[in-house]
Amino acid sequence: MTTFKDKLPPISQLGPFIALVAACIVFGLTTDNFFSGANFALILQQVMVVGVIAIGQTLVILTAGIDLSCGMVMALGSIVMTKFAVDLGMPAPLAILCGIAVTAGFGLINGLLVTRIKLPPFIVTLGTMNIAFAITQLYSSAQTVSGVPPLMTWLGGTFDIGHTPISFGTILMIALYLGCWFWLRETASGRHVYAVGNNPEATRLVGIPTDRVLLGVYVLAGLFYGIASLLLVARTEVGDPNAGQTENLDAITAVVLGGTSLFGGRGVVLGSLVGAIVVGVLRNGLTLMGVSSVYQVLITGILVIIAVTVDQLSRKGAR
Amino acid sequence: MKRLSTLSIAAAIATFGTAAIAADQPVIGLITKTETNPFFVKMKEGAQAEAKKLGAKLMTASGKKDGDTGAQITAIENMVTAGAKTILITSSGDAIIPAVKKAQAKGVQVIALDSPFDGADALFATDNYKAGILIGQYAKAATAGKPAKIAMLDLFPGHPVGAQRHNGFMSGFGLKANDAKSNELSSTAETVCAADTDGNQAKGQTAMENCLQKDPGINIVYTINEPAAAGAYNALKKAGKEKDVLIVSVDGGCEGVANVGKGVIAATSQQYPLKMAAMGVAAGVDYAKGGKKASGYVDTGVTLIAAKAVAGVESKDVKTGTSLCWGNK
Repeated sequence: MTTFKDKLPPISQLGPFIALVAACIVFGLTTDNFFSGANFALILQQVMVVGVIAIGQTLVILTAGIDLSCGMVMALGSIVMTKFAVDLGMPAPLAILCGIAVTAGFGLINGLLVTRIKLPPFIVTLGTMNIAFAITQLYSSAQTVSGVPPLMTWLGGTFDIGHTPISFGTILMIALYLGCWFWLRETASGRHVYAVGNNPEATRLVGIPTDRVLLGVYVLAGLFYGIASLLLVARTEVGDPNAGQTENLDAITAVVLGGTSLFGGRGVVLGSLVGAIVVGVLRNGLTLMGVSSVYQVLITGILVIIAVTVDQLSRKGAR
Repeated sequence: MKRLSTLSIAAAIATFGTAAIAADQPVIGLITKTETNPFFVKMKEGAQAEAKKLGAKLMTASGKKDGDTGAQITAIENMVTAGAKTILITSSGDAIIPAVKKAQAKGVQVIALDSPFDGADALFATDNYKAGILIGQYAKAATAGKPAKIAMLDLFPGHPVGAQRHNGFMSGFGLKANDAKSNELSSTAETVCAADTDGNQAKGQTAMENCLQKDPGINIVYTINEPAAAGAYNALKKAGKEKDVLIVSVDGGCEGVANVGKGVIAATSQQYPLKMAAMGVAAGVDYAKGGKKASGYVDTGVTLIAAKAVAGVESKDVKTGTSLCWGNK
């Protein structure tokens, strides 16, 4: 059932902000160039792909599921849209739509397998992750697609606020987060996502079509991966079959750092944005400090454990 | 019990398999890091062509990604069972060594291609340190007179090939650097920034963006491979600095060589996967026919490809590089 618990900010939701502020203070004190509008704008631009994937991943995790296929599906989407445009000469908007249709199609397949055949999401998405990877490699012959039309890279462009270049993709990411946050918080269908994650049986008994909610969540997640495909192409200006290898775990990391419970039903989507930014800040700050990237991996690992521990303890406390 | 029976079945297959095939033609196994990287695709093509020419039977297998030693170990075991007398392997890591030893104990010749590991009968590979030296010398000559501010875009920590290219570059540039055996990345006052790329374009771009943030005056960029170089170029272009910065790289894939032609990369050290594979297959046939194992390290060569030659550093032009490149032209 929907509860008011997840409307109050418990420590699991303040945690990511604390981590972010702490990291910023440390890097601000130890490096010269960390605190600048341009650097923060850069970090946002660097996290926009994982950030948008993390929206879809948040939705799936809110239903107590998990999506391992997100990174590979995103890579496939980017290959489909770039190859359709470059090799088939399709107009850019149509090629983009085809790419997003493919990622949403994968979402639909994930959703159908989870709702109709009742397979565990972990296994379903493990399978589709491999399928998406293989199709990407076969279709692209493992070669980068270059010469993509300007319309596909438009979101990677920037405009200046003062002297700070903000990318259009960053604006889109923030808009998607705000839209999704509003939907989850203020609409009936959004609240149903929480309900399904909290207690699917009870939700079904009060007459909410749990399967339809779940199916919708997976398709929607696929749509977000498609938008992430476009952002990746916009950022790198190529279709890269080797992309997406680590994005599934990066996105899960962002969601967990953002305070969304892996057990479903609890969390705020905006937290995932903060979680993604924490990882981006670590990578940027440690490069500025001249520290090996292994420390980034180490710190991220510790933060994930802390985040899950806080979630687990607060869950026990609530019972 | 179950394990025992599996083992005995495997042994039975091994016995029959060897007997059946030995009369026929030599069986050579090729195990690559991945099935999809164009470098290994080319290697496999080279091995197939040579095997056909010499009348050998080629079995192939690979890991799912770089570092997937589990899949490589399984492949070694399967190939030994299937009667391979020579196994060619681009090692994903030292975890394969015990499986290699077991295979050798059964009389199988194991040759390392591209990536060295302890205990291989022979190694046919690019000299990655030398590949680094060539682009280091080129960068030094091309930017002569300017104070060097270098960004090092590496692979990931602890990878020998990454360390050899990195340290070779620094040595070629005339900076203090560790030798070819070291796995530590050297750093001097001239190397103002270092970041990992995983050899991937998007991460290469992120790494370069962060390096520019650290020091906007960077004028030389070393990159572990050409996708990372393409990412670095993208970051420089967005910052309006692509004209002022020299990018060098290693690999010589067709996309990379094309990028040398476009001025994205100033120079790249080209390696030859096809040659590695062909030499490996020939050594396998020699062993099957004459019982003579290959040994030692054979350098399969590396050539500097540059659009603009510089004085004092030997290089070949883009046309030559394209004719020898691997991947889709």
